[in-house]
Amino acid sequence: MKPVDFDYERPVSVDALCRRLAEAREDAKIIAGGQTLVPLLAMRLARPALLLDINRIAALDGIAAGDGFVAIRACTRQAAALAHETVRSRAKLLAKALKHVGHGQTRNRGTIGGSIANADPAAEIGLAALALDAALGVRSVRGERTIAIRDFFRGAMETALAPDECLVEMRLPVWRDNAVGTGFHEMSVRHSDFALAAAAVQLALDAGGVCRRIAISIGGAAATPLRMAEAEKRLVGTRLEERDIADAGALVRDAIAPLPDPHASALYRRRVAASLAERAIAEARDEARAA
Amino acid sequence: MSQHDLVCTVNGKRRSARVAARTTLVDFLRDELRLTGTHVGCEHGVCGACSVLLDGAPVRACLLLAVQADGADIVTVEGLAPDAEGLSVLQDSFWELHALQCGYCTPGMLIAAQALLNANRAPTEHDIRDAIGGNLCRCTGYKQIVDAIALAAERLRGANLPQRGSDAG
Repeated sequence: MKPVDFDYERPVSVDALCRRLAEAREDAKIIAGGQTLVPLLAMRLARPALLLDINRIAALDGIAAGDGFVAIRACTRQAAALAHETVRSRAKLLAKALKHVGHGQTRNRGTIGGSIANADPAAEIGLAALALDAALGVRSVRGERTIAIRDFFRGAMETALAPDECLVEMRLPVWRDNAVGTGFHEMSVRHSDFALAAAAVQLALDAGGVCRRIAISIGGAAATPLRMAEAEKRLVGTRLEERDIADAGALVRDAIAPLPDPHASALYRRRVAASLAERAIAEARDEARAA
Repeated sequence: MSQHDLVCTVNGKRRSARVAARTTLVDFLRDELRLTGTHVGCEHGVCGACSVLLDGAPVRACLLLAVQADGADIVTVEGLAPDAEGLSVLQDSFWELHALQCGYCTPGMLIAAQALLNANRAPTEHDIRDAIGGNLCRCTGYKQIVDAIALAAERLRGANLPQRGSDAG
């Protein structure tokens, strides 16, 4: 199908963008890479009166390493992030997740911020960001604020962004621990399809091989990505033996209540999510041990 | 209806037009420029039939508004062949190894494969399968397509080898 008719503008700065968002209120929608929005327009699930194209706002593009964090501007292409040395070395979990985001052709256009702001329940970037406790920088004519990613996802395609706000940056904390490992596993019908379930894990071991910290998030299993607090608690202080990981998997299975869809039953999704979590934990453990 | 001026380069030719905001790049290429080699399949970014090179990178032309391509350099499947009669090395390999049946996915496959070959002169089978992972083919089962891309890579590598004796010194 073809989109309904709309107006189109290309604000030259974040300030100009915020002004237009404030004036247009809920009739406007930001377009970045368009890889989520244009299908919604084509299927007429979205019918904005005005599209505000942020692709040429230079201040919204780029990746920088700060003291203890990596900052990724909202309109940075997924392909650029995946190829970026700072992401590969300091935000390795995101790099692993990005390989599962669509495929080359969509990553060439799709943006980091677009994936976060559209909040597809199966999206990998938000899943990794949740495990990393990302902080989202948001702007509007009313000022700036930071939203913790735990508070950002409100439901499928629903977020804490107000209609006049735009996402400008995602900050990923870099863990200072010596032995950090990451794991990302996903199940989909074909590689690059939407995830039936996915798991993202980052953990740190102390010098004796004991797990000091761990973050586990599960995607595709609910309307938003979820942190697995019980499973995390079970693993901190352990040496991440197979028995510990199996227990954590069982806790993941108990913590989620996925919906069935034409591709997978709810039971299948639960079991797959638990297995993927176990694999991601083991992968992260082995990586941390080798670090 | 909001109308916008657009200037871009398509297959080396400068093109200017006035388009409605909602016109996608693939509809602009096909309906305005009459470059119907680029196919429209699903119209929502799933099938890959509409792939084109945008500033050298393969993208979905159905997920880009034409107005967003203002200033861009676009190559469609029509831009791959050296002239109106000939075939590129890649196209010739597709022809030789029967890498198409109905042909609907072929323009997208060729664009995805050409982008791969431009970036990687010695792709593995995994690289090839990954590069066309966003392109659906319902006829071939992909085997001949993968073989054809590998053959094209091999031929292009050969074409770049220095002549024996000419590389001394």
